[in-house]
Amino acid sequence: MLSEYEISALLLSLKVSGIAVLFSLPPGILLAWVLARYQFPGKSLLDSLIHLPLVLPPVVIGYLLLVSMGKQGIIGSALNQWFGWSFSFSWRGAALAAAIVAFPLLVKAIRLSLENIDIKYEQAARTLGANPLKVFFTISLPLTTPGILAGTVLAFARCIGEFGATITFVSNIPGETRTLPLAMFSFIETPGAEAEAARLCIIAIILALTSLLLADWLSKRVQQRFSH
Amino acid sequence: MLTIQIKKQLGTLAIETDIHLPEQGITALFGRSGSGKTSLINLIAGLLTPDGGSITIGNNRVFDSKQKINRPPEQRHIGYVFQDARLFPHLKVITNLNYGNKEKDPDQFKIITRLLGIEPLLQRYPASLSGGEKQRVAIGRALLSNPSMLLMDEPLASLDTPRKAELMPYLEQLTTEVNIPILYVSHSLDEILRLADQLILIDQGKIIANGPLAEVWSSPQMTPWQAEQDASVVLEAKLSHQHPDYAMTALALDNNLSLWTTRIDATEKTPVRLRIYAKDVSLVKQPSEQSSIRNILSMTVDSIEYSDSGDTCLVNLQAGRIQIKSSITRWAADELGLAKGQTIFAQIKGMSVTPKDRVPGL
Repeated sequence: MLSEYEISALLLSLKVSGIAVLFSLPPGILLAWVLARYQFPGKSLLDSLIHLPLVLPPVVIGYLLLVSMGKQGIIGSALNQWFGWSFSFSWRGAALAAAIVAFPLLVKAIRLSLENIDIKYEQAARTLGANPLKVFFTISLPLTTPGILAGTVLAFARCIGEFGATITFVSNIPGETRTLPLAMFSFIETPGAEAEAARLCIIAIILALTSLLLADWLSKRVQQRFSH
Repeated sequence: MLTIQIKKQLGTLAIETDIHLPEQGITALFGRSGSGKTSLINLIAGLLTPDGGSITIGNNRVFDSKQKINRPPEQRHIGYVFQDARLFPHLKVITNLNYGNKEKDPDQFKIITRLLGIEPLLQRYPASLSGGEKQRVAIGRALLSNPSMLLMDEPLASLDTPRKAELMPYLEQLTTEVNIPILYVSHSLDEILRLADQLILIDQGKIIANGPLAEVWSSPQMTPWQAEQDASVVLEAKLSHQHPDYAMTALALDNNLSLWTTRIDATEKTPVRLRIYAKDVSLVKQPSEQSSIRNILSMTVDSIEYSDSGDTCLVNLQAGRIQIKSSITRWAADELGLAKGQTIFAQIKGMSVTPKDRVPGL
């Protein structure tokens, strides 16, 4: 049904997006927590920095990644030297680009949800002998689940759709960095491959629709537990 | 002994207290809304930090501004039942109950869940419970954390009348079976009368009266809260004996005075609390030979307070340490020629009785 080429692009897209979201979640929750609960000098600046990828042209992000995280880049060369990690022209670079572009969406959704938790539950937990760490993991985090789910789905969808930063940073290498949008772009560029482009377009629509439906089902289940 | 000597400025409200409480029994904290009741117990629980002073619970000094001690709430071992229950919505009742339960003693769990009647609710989520059930679970959850003191912030206030009536017997049972001091915030005198041993009056952050309930009840600080038609006294008594033929019970007050009331099914010497309204007490110079009224006491007139309109007056009567109030018209007072020191007979038409038997347990 699906060609080998299509399966490879699809699986790569899922891998890149999955890894990107998975690694974004812990820092995303932490930053959302800091922004939701603490007042400190420079909070507005931090908030703006986190939101920057949302408003910057993706090609600018790709360029910045190339300059900083590439083999010759300031951070990239150090990582390569010390750990042998390399982001350039590999699927890891695609995941990094996707993670950065999707990060603001993730933080925003979790932050909103954290701000909506009534601190009265946390106070009650403290009087029952729980230290702030236990309160965070047993009360605050579970109560934020709907927000985390929403943020995860939104970020995942954004990662799947990521194009500009990826192609700028890690190029368009079949099997390595050629995700669905990049594969589609290649077909559109190739004369006579309109049918293949259309097939990928349908796959992209099905993927997006499935993840939205899945997210809706999950959040309904969570809501049900909270309010029978 | 519990000592709460603290200061805290909250907006325009200045809280300043110097309270010493016994290590057992229920102390009611009473005052109008905005008087600082909830803020005071938040200060005790550690949810607010005092500006200065100290808080000691038994041997445990949980706050001292001079010694720079400020234990966080989780290290204070103070149970807190909030007005709005605050059950964790994502956890089942049983998980809520065990949240602060470190001992995991199955016997204690059984005793407490049975006492509160929440055994059938264990597998449910809080959202499916009624207001009264939520409060019972919240009380159980606080007790299972093995606190050395329990704070209750108007646990009945957010409930409708039928739910209040449903929860009240559990609270009464609880107050007699739990051996830790309980500080009970309320603005309902009826609740306090049924539950409390000690009474603290708080007004604009300051403690204006503090002591055994019957004492504070008849103190002048209490007058603003009792409309003239509701004026009453509270007396502590013990069950003396049952009438052999009629469904009546004799209660013994101090100095050999006794009163008859409708039958109470309890053993001898059970402590009971009586509330006698001034409007239910009439005065006669001579006890009539035959009267439908069972309780006639010989008392001495202590003072007479005329109402603002001057049409009625409140007569304070005394017999040893027993005090009773009688509300009569000015006309009647003039005809009886009442004067301080005069001996007169008080006919008590009715009273409300609450047994206060403390069963040590738990």
